[in-house]
Amino acid sequence: MSIRHGLLALLERGPRYGSQLRTEFESRTGSTWPLNVGQVYTTLNRLERDGMVAQGGQDEAGHALYAITEAGLAELRTWFEKPVDRTSPARDELAIKLAMAVGAPCVDIRDVIQSQRRHTVKAMQDYTRLKAQALVAVESGGARERDDVAWLLVLEQLIFQTEAEARWLDHCEARLIRLSTTMPPASPSASAPASGSASRSASPSAADPAPAPAPAAPNPITTTPASTSGGTR
Amino acid sequence: MSTQQPVLQLQNLTRVHGSGATEVHALRGIDLAVYPGELVAVMGPSGSGKSTLLTIAGGLDTPSSGRVIVEDTDITTATVKQLAALRRRSIGYVFQDYNLIPALTAAENVALPRELDGTSARKARVEALAALEEMGLGHLADRFPDEMSGGQQQRVAIARALVGDRRLVLADEPTGALDSETGESVLALLRSRCDAGAAGVLVTHEPRFAAWADRVVFLRDGAIVDQTVRSEADSLLSGQVAEA
Repeated sequence: MSIRHGLLALLERGPRYGSQLRTEFESRTGSTWPLNVGQVYTTLNRLERDGMVAQGGQDEAGHALYAITEAGLAELRTWFEKPVDRTSPARDELAIKLAMAVGAPCVDIRDVIQSQRRHTVKAMQDYTRLKAQALVAVESGGARERDDVAWLLVLEQLIFQTEAEARWLDHCEARLIRLSTTMPPASPSASAPASGSASRSASPSAADPAPAPAPAAPNPITTTPASTSGGTR
Repeated sequence: MSTQQPVLQLQNLTRVHGSGATEVHALRGIDLAVYPGELVAVMGPSGSGKSTLLTIAGGLDTPSSGRVIVEDTDITTATVKQLAALRRRSIGYVFQDYNLIPALTAAENVALPRELDGTSARKARVEALAALEEMGLGHLADRFPDEMSGGQQQRVAIARALVGDRRLVLADEPTGALDSETGESVLALLRSRCDAGAAGVLVTHEPRFAAWADRVVFLRDGAIVDQTVRSEADSLLSGQVAEA
């Protein structure tokens, strides 16, 4: 995450001292990514070394003030203009986990999906409650309005991100079901009603291209032929 | 919350469609209690039993076994007349396609369940206007449904669902026909009605809308397989320190 550029953006509004930058950064982002003051000073030192900020006197309370330089302004403009690179995605533990769960003997991939879905939807609920608070703050106006708007945008980013994940999990489950229904039946008995028990032993081989499902094990995703007919709606 | 009496209780609910080879178990042993002030979202894939659950909770369908208790009444043993009265007085239903009566104005649509329940036309209109006002629709009281946007119609439907003393609102994909922004405003409204004391059950496949609920229940193959538990949001955004 670019603390460097975040600090430059705050300094563009005028000289500031270290702990002030930390407070303003957290106000903008609703403390979503807390900074410690040591990180702020380390970053300021590096920016100073690179000629992007310069120390410029003290305020009335004796705090050392930092100001953005021309080079810093140029760097900031470039940052705003250049899109954030999405073509080299960061390693995603969840994607790796699901990829490994396909065909893993020790786990039912649907349980992995559901466990994550619960966690993801829960996070969305929490973000949504915070968003409701942020909306009230924004609508009531006030001195911190710019910070409240910034916080709202950050929260909505988190909501969209978790929503994308929840949708992807739904899609993974639907994909596994589709693949399992298009696979050749294991045996005639596999289509018999599964005595009402939605077994949790979903075929880990559901997405395996090899047509070799476990013999005689009724696929719990397609318990009965009628269960996929939409008759419950 | 748990010290209060639930507004809706589903106890060991099952619903079987058909019989023999074509038998489908739409619901299998559902237990669910919804309390005043609580909004519960029900999520699950198509065919998981979400809508069946809602129609049975609202007395629009009957279970194969189990009990449905709305406030103090077991609707599975109620007579047709009792059930109709309960639907008029206690249960509000919100549909994806609004289901407003096109020949009636917004206020007349909202007043209708009260009038059917024996309230005088004048009093019913006063109540309807108050309900519309709460939805921010007081100025549209005399418009017909086709003179309103989808979001406005759905807000009228929510007003109709909660007019009078009704404390249970059952919403089946209420945002399904709305754009994202309007859908969100409808959800915010439903949320605020629950914050004011109503109990709500929301069926949706949209995680973003389900996130407005206090609790999200996940259905799969007619059974509740999981649910979220509410916690304080303040603890959410802490503990991570950004990396430079």
